[in-house]
Amino acid sequence: MPTFISGTRTAALIALLLATFALVGCDQSDREWHGKDISGLMPPLEFELINTQGEAVNASDSDGQVRLVFFGFTHCPDICPTTLARLSQAVGKLPENERERVTIMFVSVDPNRDTPEQIAAYTRFYGDRIAGMTGSEPQLRQLVKRYRTTFGYDEPDENNNYNVSHSAGVYVFDTRGKARLLLRPDLTAAQIRDDISALAQERRS
Amino acid sequence: MNGVKALLPYDFSPLTIASYALVLALYGVALLRMPDSERPGPGRIVTFVVGVMLCYAVMQTAFDYYSQYMFFVHRGQHLILHHLGPFLIALSNPLPVMRFWGRKIPRSALPWLAPVRLSYRVLQHPVVAPVLFVGLVYFWLSPSIHFDAMLSRQLYWVMNWSMLLDGLLFWWLILDPRSPYITNALGYGKRMLLLALVAVPQMLLGAWIVFSRDMVYDVYEVCGRAWPLAPETDQLLGGLLTWIPPAMMSVLGILIILRRAMYEDGRYPKQAAALAQPSGHMNT
Repeated sequence: MPTFISGTRTAALIALLLATFALVGCDQSDREWHGKDISGLMPPLEFELINTQGEAVNASDSDGQVRLVFFGFTHCPDICPTTLARLSQAVGKLPENERERVTIMFVSVDPNRDTPEQIAAYTRFYGDRIAGMTGSEPQLRQLVKRYRTTFGYDEPDENNNYNVSHSAGVYVFDTRGKARLLLRPDLTAAQIRDDISALAQERRS
Repeated sequence: MNGVKALLPYDFSPLTIASYALVLALYGVALLRMPDSERPGPGRIVTFVVGVMLCYAVMQTAFDYYSQYMFFVHRGQHLILHHLGPFLIALSNPLPVMRFWGRKIPRSALPWLAPVRLSYRVLQHPVVAPVLFVGLVYFWLSPSIHFDAMLSRQLYWVMNWSMLLDGLLFWWLILDPRSPYITNALGYGKRMLLLALVAVPQMLLGAWIVFSRDMVYDVYEVCGRAWPLAPETDQLLGGLLTWIPPAMMSVLGILIILRRAMYEDGRYPKQAAALAQPSGHMNT
């Protein structure tokens, strides 16, 4: 009967669709993360930037580290200071052997104002596990596009002060560079510590 | 973004560009080769091309960039992909072009197309079509799925293409140029009912977004906006675009169908219509 066939076919289609969505992100452990699990949603870590000494730096330079990537700018009035303080607090509470395997990467998306020296002074304030970096605008655009984020500038006022819109989340990559978690701004330092501790304990393969 | 850059794709998709080029090429070749008596007039051709180009523009120009990083622009993108673009394409009545290419399909290939025809019939069932039409809006706007879709490039493309294809199916069902009096096309009353039915849940969803005090779609907050716009303003504008224009499209659709129904009222005597029914089936 056509109606029966149609019904079965529709049910099969719906089941297939549901199964497809259920499978997205199922290739990782079944641990309950505080952050948003982005395994399978995003590509592995890759970038070409400059560090606070003005030297070229790429993702493979920090292989073997759990990397917490945060986009911001040093003139940021609220999100950047609070996020960096929280990340730094979370990393600081890790046992020594785990702490050594974690790097916070602060990527300034305001290269016109943020010189490498300025970024170095800014990140130093938040601890020694923070690597500051920036790049040319095309380099930064390429990187943020890869991670489905962006940044934008407001019109500058008479003192050349302007606001910058940027991501408020922290992208977490495991020791192999695979995208694993996206930390929303509402997570506490303890929750962040739990997540990165679990990632730092994972065995390298 | 400067002029030329604004017209270039933000996220280049060869498959998308090839699909649009193929559609325009098939349409153009059919126009040139079909008999004069069947060829659509300039108004219909312009309507078709505008519909196609609108959909292309929101997928493969700087508009797509803003759609990825501003909730309200994203709602505008889906308004075009799910409503306006397919509406114009269906309104332009590309049936002669479809028939032209349909005649080119060799008879031996027809049995292979049976699954396609069956799927098409299922999707165009008057109960399945509106559920799918509204269901997709709700599906992609459910906060956790929306979050994933904006984070994953693959899911983002699946979302946009599914909205476009479903929009084409739904508006083709509604604006099918064949008269239900002499073919098996959906009756005018049912078409108007469907339009009214799909408007209500979309309005409710839009109103819910507008009146939500919390941020419903925090992915734009987490991933950054294209420019520093207050999140509340972004959500309010996005909610309004989900609420009002789709309802207006339904009203417009109802008016067009009403005009057709009145125009055809009494045009086909009941007996003639009954006689024409068995032989009046046209395959699309």
